[in-house]
Amino acid sequence: MNTLLRAENITKQYANHKALDKVSLQVPAQSIFGLLGPNGAGKTTLIRIINQIIGPDEGRIFFGNEELSPKHVHQIGYLPEERGLYKKMKVGEQALYLARLKGLNAYDAKKMLKAWFEKFDLMPWWNKKVEELSKGMQQKVQFIITVLHKPNLLIFDEPFSGFDPINVNLLKEEILKLRRDGATIIFSTHNMSSVEELCDHIALINKSEKILEGTVHQIRKDHASQVYEVELQGAARPLRNILDDNYLIINEGTEQGHLKARIKIQNNAGPNELLRLLLPESELISFKELTPGMNDIFIKQVTGKFPLENGSINGHEGLRT
Amino acid sequence: MSKTAIIIRREFLSRVRKKSFLVMTILGPVLMAAIIIVPVFIAQLSDSDYNVAVVDDSTLFYESFSDTDNIRFTPLVLNVDEALTLMHEGRFDAVLHIPETAFQAPSSLRLFSAKSINFNAKLLIENILKHDYESIKLGLAGIDPEVLAAIETPVRIQAFRIQNDGELTTDFPEISMGLGFIGGFLIYIFIFLFGSQVLRGVLEEKTNRIVEIIVSSVKPFQLMMGKVIGVGLVGLAQFLIWIILTFSIVGIVQVSFPGMFQFTPDDQVHITSSQLLNAEEIAKQHELIQQHNTVGGQLMEGLAAINFPVMILSFIFYFLGGYLLYAAFFAAIGSAVDNESDTQQFMLPVTVPLLLSIIMIQMIINNPSGPVAFWMSIIPLTSPVIMMVRIPFGVPYAEIALSAGLLIMGFIFTIWFSAKIYRTGILMYGKKSSYRELWKWIRHS
Repeated sequence: MNTLLRAENITKQYANHKALDKVSLQVPAQSIFGLLGPNGAGKTTLIRIINQIIGPDEGRIFFGNEELSPKHVHQIGYLPEERGLYKKMKVGEQALYLARLKGLNAYDAKKMLKAWFEKFDLMPWWNKKVEELSKGMQQKVQFIITVLHKPNLLIFDEPFSGFDPINVNLLKEEILKLRRDGATIIFSTHNMSSVEELCDHIALINKSEKILEGTVHQIRKDHASQVYEVELQGAARPLRNILDDNYLIINEGTEQGHLKARIKIQNNAGPNELLRLLLPESELISFKELTPGMNDIFIKQVTGKFPLENGSINGHEGLRT
Repeated sequence: MSKTAIIIRREFLSRVRKKSFLVMTILGPVLMAAIIIVPVFIAQLSDSDYNVAVVDDSTLFYESFSDTDNIRFTPLVLNVDEALTLMHEGRFDAVLHIPETAFQAPSSLRLFSAKSINFNAKLLIENILKHDYESIKLGLAGIDPEVLAAIETPVRIQAFRIQNDGELTTDFPEISMGLGFIGGFLIYIFIFLFGSQVLRGVLEEKTNRIVEIIVSSVKPFQLMMGKVIGVGLVGLAQFLIWIILTFSIVGIVQVSFPGMFQFTPDDQVHITSSQLLNAEEIAKQHELIQQHNTVGGQLMEGLAAINFPVMILSFIFYFLGGYLLYAAFFAAIGSAVDNESDTQQFMLPVTVPLLLSIIMIQMIINNPSGPVAFWMSIIPLTSPVIMMVRIPFGVPYAEIALSAGLLIMGFIFTIWFSAKIYRTGILMYGKKSSYRELWKWIRHS
């Protein structure tokens, strides 16, 4: 696996608190890397360090095979969470200005900008002031500015906030396309469904420390809940009497005459064992393992509680089957 | 083009293209030219002659009245009533009646006017008559008219300054005072005007949240310096345009209305053909002309003694130096707050030295070489304004060099200091910053 960005033991101390404590992570090349964590965990600080906006107190960052230095600024595109534009400046002029600050020359920047503006239907707005644009259009302009100089590494902090669903899809397609074209993407968000949809790797930061890192697939596998949902025609005797101590009934209920229950398998028992116990009792309608979504993993890692293991059947929007 | 240059370019162009810049650029010189032209013009307007008919029943004073710039005297050999009729017909603005017994009873003198009396005319007449009364009385007392003429002694002290090299230069404190005041005040205005533009610019970038996009491409220091320099160039450009336009407008007016600015002594002591002058009178006129020439000459000499290249160069230097020193503070303040109303608590300590400078101008002008003037023109926080006040009076080059050197060190320090606050401040949101907080930023960066 080729690593594009490697952080080693990054520590950052602010006046009143420690924002990052020995955080290390590896972002594989051409991956979409989810940087997750609750508010105030230190994500923005880490992103700013990668962007060289601030420096770490300790630790090093490698970009490719080299230690990160100011010359890499041109290879990184950053869309901050808190973002804006000069309201009184004209859209095209402003995009051109920001592109030139990224090291593009005026001629190339203008040519590329025009292509992107055409693509996003922004061309009629080229000579308008930014304050005349809707928020969604401003976001599109910011997205263009971020990707225009064809950076190897793109960092999106909550990129979808403020977009309507149509533009969210447009953006997702563009992000996937950028990845296909060779870019590596760091993606910081609270929106777990987009993490599952887009990311192949994630790192979870909580209270200044990295607490989890790996591929989405592996992490979900590691967090396999051993919780199964069964649907039966209806049992002659209560489930509690059918199952022994190896099985914990999280909840059960009747739905359209069917018995539905969530059962967690404990100790060394397995799903086959469970089925063997259930089959003689009733007609089986369905049987499936409930794998945890990223949302559940996130909550479990941050709060220590697994939402799958408590609450009612209806209370788990994030459950995936 | 370096990134700082790209930023400077944007900061400069975005301001220069604004309508307000255009308005200021045009209005500024118009106002300044107006300040120069309007008083002269008004003086010309009141030049519309004030005609005074002189009816001298005593016949002692017919020859005393000579016309001035805007007051004309016409001796009439008519009685008062006829003269008053002429006045009502509009031939004259006023009638001066000197009764037969005037010499014995000066209080019987009368000045009649259809409209309100011209105060200057009244004063002039009083002066002339007082002078003539004295001459006649001295003559009666047996004093020779030649002696009388010799008694008239115009006194005017010419001030000289002995320079370091022993050379004598004419000193004209009035001109130095005027120039010093204007120079100091302009520096003050410019620092405030453009310093607060830096503050607003930084604050705009912070509240717009564009700052994080920019600092991912350039260093915060580059952004700060780009803004400070860009705005400073706007100030410099505006100043130069003002100077050029002001002189052009004044020049055009001068060419269009020649004579408006020419102070020909002959105008002042005009001799009308209606007057018959004796030799003594002519001698007096000549003396007046001579005296006038000397005043005018001295004025020209005084202006010539002012070293204008030094004035303009030091203005540009102290404007830029003072601006850089204060603009750095203004940038730091803009970065430390979230909105304009929070700037107040940090503005006060920055504006106090500037305000102090303005308050002290009067005192400095009165004693431009005193210890207060010296120290205030050395300390970088006050030197831009105070040194500009002192320079027209002549300041030893060593002092200017010391002051300039300290000012350069001063702004290097404030820029370094402010950059530390700036680079933390621009990324801090929603946190009310205090002096304690700022101190932590400085220590931790």
